[in-house]
Amino acid sequence: MKKKALTSLAAAAAAVLALSACGGGGSAEAGKGEINYWLWDANQLPAYKQCADDFHKANPDITVKVTQRGWDDYWGTLTNGFVAGTAPDVFTDHLGKYPEFIKNKQLLALDDAVKKDNIDTSIYNSGLADLWVGQDGKRYGLPKDWDTIALFYNTKLAADAGVTPEQMANLSWNPQDGGTYEKTIAHLTVDKNGKRGDEAGFDKNNVAVYGLGLNGSGSGQGQTEWSYLTGTTGWTHTDKNPWGKHFNYDDAKFQESIDWFAGLVDKGYMPKLETTVGASMADTFAAGKSVINANGSWMIGQYTGYKDVKVGIAPTPTGVDGKRASMYNGLADSIYAGTKKPDAAIKWVEYLGSAACQDVVAAKAVVFPAIKTSADKAVEAFKAKGVDVTPFSQQVKDGTTFLYPIADNAAKVDGIMKPAMDAVVSGKAKASSLTQANDQVNALFK
Amino acid sequence: MTTLTRNASPAEHAVRRPLKRRGQSDLKIALFFIAPAMIGFLVFYLVPTLRGIYLSFTEYSILGDPAWIGTANYEAIAKDPLFWNALAVTSQYVLINIVLQTALALGLALLMHRVAKSTWIRGALLLPYLMANVIAALLWFWLLDYQIGIVNYFIESIGLPKVAFFGSEEWAIPTQALINTWRHMGYTALLLFAGLQSIPHHVYEVANLDGASPWQTFRKITVPLLRPVLVLVLIVTVIGSFQVFDTVAVTTLGGPVNASRVLQFYIYQKAFTESDFGYGSALAVILFVILALVAFIQMKFLKGNESDLD
Repeated sequence: MKKKALTSLAAAAAAVLALSACGGGGSAEAGKGEINYWLWDANQLPAYKQCADDFHKANPDITVKVTQRGWDDYWGTLTNGFVAGTAPDVFTDHLGKYPEFIKNKQLLALDDAVKKDNIDTSIYNSGLADLWVGQDGKRYGLPKDWDTIALFYNTKLAADAGVTPEQMANLSWNPQDGGTYEKTIAHLTVDKNGKRGDEAGFDKNNVAVYGLGLNGSGSGQGQTEWSYLTGTTGWTHTDKNPWGKHFNYDDAKFQESIDWFAGLVDKGYMPKLETTVGASMADTFAAGKSVINANGSWMIGQYTGYKDVKVGIAPTPTGVDGKRASMYNGLADSIYAGTKKPDAAIKWVEYLGSAACQDVVAAKAVVFPAIKTSADKAVEAFKAKGVDVTPFSQQVKDGTTFLYPIADNAAKVDGIMKPAMDAVVSGKAKASSLTQANDQVNALFK
Repeated sequence: MTTLTRNASPAEHAVRRPLKRRGQSDLKIALFFIAPAMIGFLVFYLVPTLRGIYLSFTEYSILGDPAWIGTANYEAIAKDPLFWNALAVTSQYVLINIVLQTALALGLALLMHRVAKSTWIRGALLLPYLMANVIAALLWFWLLDYQIGIVNYFIESIGLPKVAFFGSEEWAIPTQALINTWRHMGYTALLLFAGLQSIPHHVYEVANLDGASPWQTFRKITVPLLRPVLVLVLIVTVIGSFQVFDTVAVTTLGGPVNASRVLQFYIYQKAFTESDFGYGSALAVILFVILALVAFIQMKFLKGNESDLD
């Protein structure tokens, strides 16, 4: 008995020794071995696995381990990794999150590498590379892809209402009467008795099909919910972007637009906010409960993937300034400041930011890569699948996009704006109540 | 009570000396046996609690070092409308959850005691409790969904308007309180059932002979004799109820607006979403104090540490 205990103890001790030996060994070689790479979108996993394989073939001494985590777990796990020193060497980064990482010195600046390896940032679609330059003037990521907003619509339900694709492509909007956009939404809405939203006797309390779907209140950004409308009024989220220090939710132009948006619920053209908790907007769209859904380009695969639902894509309506508008968000790959293999990580990030990898991503037709030529290839790849995605790419070509608001305190701004915007869209408060929320938000920057 | 102590004292005197000598020689062995629990207590309870209290006086974003800011967090909390909202929302949840859960569990325990003697039926009552909280929340999230939930399908088919169980401000908290009532009442019933079994049978026989009605028996015998167990169950369930988190985190995330932003979720939001660990810790300390007070008051006024069986 005693002997047995001793041997197992010795075995345990040996195991501990072996483990610690493992931990100590790797750090010397900064450009070799295995590096970890994280992303959150499962749709893109196959493309990046392929990139990792190609990269390994070109650099046999570096292996990339690609890990995908769902959006909800991604950021918490990443932060824990920063604290514990176990964060991935390279990870997909988001504009809403990276300011905080810079502030806490968790990201590796790429300037030296970009200079040394002559990375040409002009190959990316305009503006994307600049998004990843911090307030300190240093670059913290190389662009990987971008997204814009457009209108997905159920072509059968639209045709039933006599709305043509040409009409859908030429909608106009203003915050006073909603323009042809509201007229179309009203006409596409049908109540339980078959009466349309613009007909006399329409029962707004018993709607069978809503003209416009609702995803949520949009919190402080309204990326897919209302930013494509407010963006045409000349209103901007912050005083400057990136790195705004003052938010503008107290602006009359903004509040007027939001009141119009929330008013759609009251008119019965858009589902109540309380009904959106649970089943996703896209799924209810597929079930034929709404005709138009404003959503991001990352949702193309999901919308066009539903069986037996024919989907058309139209650009967002022209607005107050006579032009369209779409929020323009870009993702990038960043390097963890605590990486043990910075040289290998830089090599991998440069590969991810090169046409070699972005063409592979383009061919899978899931997102728009950041490099101009690769994005064109993605448009072609979508076309080969039978999906015309020009409503998304046109906004970038026409220069009608505006950038996702980048500012410090993003999580805290969200903590204030989510409930405030919920209250407005659910009809509990007028948009003028956002002035108070705006004061709270701006107090964060003092 | 007094007779008991008087009886005990001489006996105690008689054995004290030898006990003491033995006590010293047993100390090492005793420590050895206590060690696993003690280490667990130190590492997982005492140290984190003390560190939490320390952090509540700091500004700390987890990355970087905590900076001492005195009572600034507490002052900010006193002026924070969301904290008071969280307190109100949590209280509403606890009230609905505890009243219903205790009443139903007591009824179930009586049924188990008197009617359902089959182990299978008794075991079946525990089934919801065997389900993970998150699973139970998700299950009901789908069942009660506004668009695709089967419950709303039935509500609509009998001609009533659909209910946004999770989406409306009025329903968000009652819905979640009911879900957790459903999940926990079997377990609570089991605890009360154990308490019922410890009541001597002859008391009931006497009551029966004296011609007491079932209601009188319940009120005058069952409830007073069950009290210590009932108090324990109440303390445990109230503390558990105050700490509601997973259901909210899985379903409403504090919304709509702030209707389900319960204290634990607000703490989580402040600490883990907004990286304000100092503020979150201060909130947690306040919750700790509230729970300690609640438990103390219950112990004191419901006389949970005394039994009427003597």
